[in-house]
Formats: sequence, C-alpha cells, structure tokens
Amino acid sequence: MTALAAGTGGINWTALIVLVVLFSLVTVAGFMAGRFQRGDTLDSLDEWGLGGRRFGTWVTWFLLGGDLYTAYTFVAVPAAMFAAGSVAGFFAIPYTIIAYPIIFVFMARLWSVSHRHGYVTTADFVRGRYDARSLSLAVAVTGFLATMPYIALQLVGIQAVLEVAGVGGGDNWLAKDAPLFVAFALLAAYTYSSGLRAPAVIAFVKDALVYLVIIVAVIYLPAKVGGWDTIFGAAADKMGTTNPATGAPTGAFIPPGSSDAGPGLYWAFATLALGSAMALFMYPHAVTAVLSSKSRNTIRRNAAILPAYSFVLALLALLGWVAIAAGTQPIGLDGEPNPQLVVPQLFEDMFPAWFAGVAFAAVAIGALVPAAIMSIAAANTFTRNIYKEWLKPNATAKQEAQVSKLVSLVVKAFALVFVLTLDKQNAINFQLLGGIWMLQTFPAIVFSLYTRWFHRWALLAGWAVGMVYGTLTAYNVVNPVTGGHFGSSLAMVPGLEQMGYIALTAFVLNLVVAAVLSVVLNAAKVSNGTDETVRSDYHADAGDPRVQPLPTPPHEESPNP
Amino acid sequence: MREQDRPLEGDAVPPTNKGMLAAAGVLLMIPVIALMAVFTYARDTPELFGWPFFFWYQMLWIIITPVMTYCAYVLVLKARGQSPKDVQ
Repeated sequence: MTALAAGTGGINWTALIVLVVLFSLVTVAGFMAGRFQRGDTLDSLDEWGLGGRRFGTWVTWFLLGGDLYTAYTFVAVPAAMFAAGSVAGFFAIPYTIIAYPIIFVFMARLWSVSHRHGYVTTADFVRGRYDARSLSLAVAVTGFLATMPYIALQLVGIQAVLEVAGVGGGDNWLAKDAPLFVAFALLAAYTYSSGLRAPAVIAFVKDALVYLVIIVAVIYLPAKVGGWDTIFGAAADKMGTTNPATGAPTGAFIPPGSSDAGPGLYWAFATLALGSAMALFMYPHAVTAVLSSKSRNTIRRNAAILPAYSFVLALLALLGWVAIAAGTQPIGLDGEPNPQLVVPQLFEDMFPAWFAGVAFAAVAIGALVPAAIMSIAAANTFTRNIYKEWLKPNATAKQEAQVSKLVSLVVKAFALVFVLTLDKQNAINFQLLGGIWMLQTFPAIVFSLYTRWFHRWALLAGWAVGMVYGTLTAYNVVNPVTGGHFGSSLAMVPGLEQMGYIALTAFVLNLVVAAVLSVVLNAAKVSNGTDETVRSDYHADAGDPRVQPLPTPPHEESPNP
Repeated sequence: MREQDRPLEGDAVPPTNKGMLAAAGVLLMIPVIALMAVFTYARDTPELFGWPFFFWYQMLWIIITPVMTYCAYVLVLKARGQSPKDVQ
C-alpha cells in the first residue's frame, strides 16, 4: 500500500462483511426460491410475477422502478458528472424521460405482431416481415455485440464497490484486477445457477435494498455537505478550472452555447439523450421485458409511469457533485485516481461502516441482476437467430439450452475483454458505444412496423454503412490523457461544426443510404420478399384467440438504462 | 361481444378516430421537442432553492411528461372506442 492510497487502503472489514452477508443472503434466497417451486416454475413465477396481477399500482410501480437502478445509474453517471460535468452525465435525465414517449408510439405494434406470430426477438420479426435471413442476422449480431459493453459497465460497477471495500490491490496484474475477476466469477456463477429462476424473489430484496440506499443517500448526503447551494457552487468551481492535460476547462457545469471559445455543446447534450433513448428499446433484454407484458396496453400504461423515476436518477447523478463538495478522493488501490470509484468512496466516507456495506451490496446486486439478464437475453438471441437459423436448423431443445448456457458465458468473457482493453475511467462510454451499434437496427425494426416501403437490401446496406461509420469514428476518438482509442462517443458532426453523439450521425447516414437505395431497388422492381404478417396483426390484443403466449426467459420487468 | 372487441382478420384495422390519435401524437412530441431544445434552458437563472435553472427545469419535465403520456394513453384508447377501465 502506498501512502497515497492510505484513504482507501486496507480492507474496510465491517463494510465488506455486511456486503458479503447481504449478497449471500439474496443469492441464497434466489436459489431456495428456485428449488421450492421447481414443480411448476412457470406457474409460480406467474404467481410472483408482477404486471399488476396481484399487486396494487403502488407496489407495481415500486418494483418496476427497481430495475432501473443499475451500475449505470449508481456508478457510471455520477462518475461522469464528477469527472466531466453535465454534458457527460446529466444527459441521462432527458434520455430517460424521452425514451418513454418514443416507445409509447411503436412498442404496442411490436407486441401485437410478436404475439400473433410467436416472435421472441426483433430478428424474428425482421425475418418474418421481409423473409430476409441476412437482415435478420444483422439485427441479431448487432444485439449480441452491443450487449457486451453494456455488461462490461455492470462489471465495472461491481468492481468499483469491491475495490473501495478493499478487495484486491497489489502490484502484479492479477492482484490488481482481482476485484474485476471476482465480479466476473460471481456473475458467471450466478447466471449459470438456478438463481435466475427466481428473479421475482431477488427483485423484491434487491429493490428494497436499492430504494433504502437511494433514499438515504439523496436526503442525507446533500444536507451533510452543506446543502444544494454549496454543491452546485463546488461543481461550478471545479468545472471552470483548466485541465492541465488538455488546456480546456475540466468539464461543463451547464452545456455552453457556441462562442468565440469554440462550438457549443447543446447539440452534444441533445443528441446523447435522443440517441440513447432511441437505442434503449432495441436491446435484446429490453425487448424481452416488453414482450412479456400482459397486453399491448400494459406497455403504454407503464410508459406513462416510468419517466417519474428520472427524478431519482437526477438526484443520483448529482451525487457525483455532492462528492465534489465533500472533497471525495476516488483513488484506486493502484494509487491512481479513478472517477468510477466516486460514489462507493463517498458512501464509505460519509456513512457508518455497516451502512456503507448495505450500500455496497445494493450497488453490487443492482449491477449483477441486470448483467445476468442481459447476458441471457444476448445468448437467447444468438441461439435462436444465429445457431438455429444458420448453423444447426434441426437442433433439439436440449442442444439449444446447452448452447444458450455456453454462449451466456462467452458474452461475459467478451464483456471482460471490453473492460480490460477499453478505458475504465469513462465507463459511461461503454453504454454509449453499445448505443452506437444498437441504434443502427432502428430503421429495420421500427420503420418496418409501419411500412414495407424500405427495401430489405437497402436496410441492410444502411445498417452496414451506419455500423462501419459509427465504429470507425468512435475508434478514432482518442483520449487526450491516456492516448487510448474509443475515448468518447462524441465527434464532430460533418457539415455542422458541432459535437454530436456518433450514434445519431451514423443513424442519419444509415437512413439516407436506406432511403436512396430503396428508391432505386423499388424502381428496379427487385423483390422485397414475402411478408408473413398482415395489417390486423399489428393491432391484435390479449384475448384474441390467435394471440399466443410467448415463452419468456428470465427478465426484469422494465428495461434498464 | 362488442364490435371493437372482436378479433381482427386479414387487412382489417380497428375503426380509429384519427383526430384523437394525432392529438396523442402531439402530446408525446412536446416533451421530446422541449428537451431537445437545449438552448431554451441551458441557463443559470432563475434559481430555485439553490438549484440552477438548467437542473430544476429538467426536473419539471420529469413531472410533466408522465402526465402528458398518460393523457396520450387515454386518448389512444378513446380513439379506438376503449377506456382505461376496459384494459385493466
């Protein structure tokens, strides 16, 4: 231990023991629940399941919200606020507000058509709509790929908690990344087990923990550092200082407009929010959650309720600034500053040790459950739309289950590679990187719900252009401090002289290519495949005799940002 | 069985009041446009309880948006001759 790390050095035994005990309790509760109700898992899960079947609106609302607090909200967003200010972090608030009006418009149609035809993934729908295996493969591969950095973000969250609690540390690479490997091992064991068979039991405990910590944190901490005036004052001071590495201000307290000092950041703030919002419901795990709802109108009702959670998200985001006012020093075990540690470190500094342990457990479980569910959703997409479709059409159910299990591990292994190779200092960028890829499937999925005017090969070409442009542009953003690639997800928008979210720029390119080629291909009378859906499919509702229940893998009730 | 509850066949689409759908669409567009127009709220003042305008204004939209979305939900149902009670 160096003297520098004395603040975080050593193991915080009380916090660590509380963390381990709570964590084990929740996991064991999951196992037990899975065991006790082995007889008719589906029925009992339905018993437990939410969807307003037995619970009143309030309880449902409470449980729905519990899924929205993941490592993204607890660790990455506050860290971005702490390190770089509101453009880097606070865009999450408009993002989580406007995501819901957007899905309100199209998700009900996807629900209806999926339940008429038994589609479980978006790739299924694209295949049925255009009879195009290649376009369906593109959608499946994108979902699979984009989930990896998202899982990586959850791993970073678990790692941050363990590191602040004092696990790991040392000079060789293995010991240094010990918290990460522990996080990975936990996640793998957890997913592989039957623990996920009882998501509802875990959901209860997890949500209770998460809410307890959030309520205490957002009420107690701001008061303790001297109120909101002090917090905003401290943040404004820090963001106004000059970053020695770049010569520019450290960050943005409020997004600046265009001035002599350079282009403004309004466009960046807006596009980050809009691009993330449009991409959120393309992810496999989000689609699974939505398709499992009871009827087409459940989605719309929940879309009306869910933006309210952004209120708490905003307060959590501002914890990054509470930490500035509190003078929190997020120093890793290697003695280097690491913004991702800022919220766990703030908890450790400000709370009694036992409650810090509770808070750590909430963050760890809040990251673990979504990560497990994301990896299962990605694995299911792989099995259904890649393995069974292309590699082994006559696979038995048992083989499919085996492949799914194996692939869910592969996804996590790749997520680990993301964490080890990309810049952990800026974990929110993992999620933004996923968004760049995910958004490129938007035209093929959402526009196809309304029209078949777009040509299938034009959509495929648009997707390819968007993917290549987005990935290359993101790769070429170099972090000025570390010199690493994939430094951030903002780049100059060609022809606009403004910084913007790469995902949205790539999406516009994608759309232009798809539209132009559609005109050409439609004029040339190239076949656009047979459509197996009919118009009434898009309005079908529960209770319709041809609406079939879909097999639903484990999922959370609401997709998490 | 009422007319609007009968399952649809083939290319049939439920009878819809287009005006109500359009109104719902407008209600859903307003929050998106308001929050995209960053130049309208990227300011310090007026402050509220020590919160700069930029922050509390967005918090305000967190309250307005669910209200608008719920109104849109009722409108979308009404446009097809249903009400929230029918679809509980």
